[in-house]
Amino acid sequence: MTTKEKYKKVAYYPGCALEGSGHSYNRSTKAVGKALGLDLVEVKNWNCCGAMEVKNVDPKLQTYLSSRVMSVAANEMDMDVVMAPCNGCYHNLKKAEYDLANDAESVEVVGKLSKKAGHKTYESGQVETIHALDWIKEAIGEDGLRERVKNSLSGIKIANYYGCMYTRPRHIFPEKDQGPGSESTSKPHFMDDLLAAAGAENVDFPLKTACCGGAHTLSDSDTSTKLVLNILKTAKMAGADVIATECPTCHSGLEMHQIRAEKTLGEKVDIKILYFTQLLGMALGLKPRKVGVHENISDSMRFLKEKGLA
Amino acid sequence: MRPLADIESAIEAAGANPDPQAGAAELLALSEEVLEHWVTAKGDVPTNDEREGFRLLALHRQGAKGDPSFNACRETCREVAYHFNLIKLEPDATEITDRLQMMMMVSSHLYLFISGKMQVAQLGDFCCSSRPIRTGSEAETVKIKEA
Repeated sequence: MTTKEKYKKVAYYPGCALEGSGHSYNRSTKAVGKALGLDLVEVKNWNCCGAMEVKNVDPKLQTYLSSRVMSVAANEMDMDVVMAPCNGCYHNLKKAEYDLANDAESVEVVGKLSKKAGHKTYESGQVETIHALDWIKEAIGEDGLRERVKNSLSGIKIANYYGCMYTRPRHIFPEKDQGPGSESTSKPHFMDDLLAAAGAENVDFPLKTACCGGAHTLSDSDTSTKLVLNILKTAKMAGADVIATECPTCHSGLEMHQIRAEKTLGEKVDIKILYFTQLLGMALGLKPRKVGVHENISDSMRFLKEKGLA
Repeated sequence: MRPLADIESAIEAAGANPDPQAGAAELLALSEEVLEHWVTAKGDVPTNDEREGFRLLALHRQGAKGDPSFNACRETCREVAYHFNLIKLEPDATEITDRLQMMMMVSSHLYLFISGKMQVAQLGDFCCSSRPIRTGSEAETVKIKEA
């Protein structure tokens, strides 16, 4: 079976952010999948991936939590690909995969906890974890997307912001940096490729993977606001109308601190923030509401109307 | 080394230098100075070595030793070096002023990240660079009871 065929039907792991602050990402991912004829089967009774909080307290417990999600997909649903659109979930599942392939202690802890929880222990290699970017890039590809575009994103200049967890640390993403066609950890381009195929003009954005202070957005808001403000200003300076995101933490952080920067620092940066799936969905002819634009914190409707997308 | 807080305005001034080549050299030196603060705060002597022709990249490597969260600024350092090269190698490019402005924004990000980490050392620890991934065996773990 080719990768293209394999990715047509994947186990979908939305994670907690996509059921809360990142609901529009959930909505738009599902809508894009449907519009592209791709099958998403939600992981049954999924649990937290361990996120940042559990990893902070006990990294092995995080490995177990992520492994359980993969175990359910592999052993209870007979799926061999898990697609996680959230960068945090994606990162943690990849980390668990790495741990279980390379660390005997992790294997032991996961074995014990899985037995205690009463489910089959996940074994490294049972599933492949991918991001929503990999999913669309491989299952549909740029040519396939180009053929399906109904409302071109032409005339929209986009700064693609990947955030940190999609590429770091490099060693948990062995499939990246494998030459032409593969994703790059230093200059990621999959989102650029997909949005360009939908007609958008990508700007040269030097802070694609720069820190937005996401994990400290509440505990140290001032640092996060300054980091986000610099990202917004840099994107604007690069000529972008929109920052495209692929991580709910980054997305919420950019939106919230865009407002906070105006309130606390008196600096307003007029740039729209949209999930790449929202942009792709509209390019595929879906209405803004269908891809959850109304659920974003910032209001992009006027801009989208001007661009003929709403 | 001037106080870290003074570097912010110096970065802004360098970005407005009417001589882009001089401005780029200033920004590179200021970015190095930012990293010197981090290395010094960790109790090390900032290196004068270079990596790939840049002291900035050698300083980044020094700063990341034992502190993987510092890798959150790895690409930012590389972008500073990239923009420096662009300005140096294409002095007649029509967009040279824009490139200097962009280099200033990237240097500013480096400054903001480092100054943030000087206040909250954990910045970047549990997201992108994930200290637990690299130091898992040393991390405190909850005792797992026998099943």
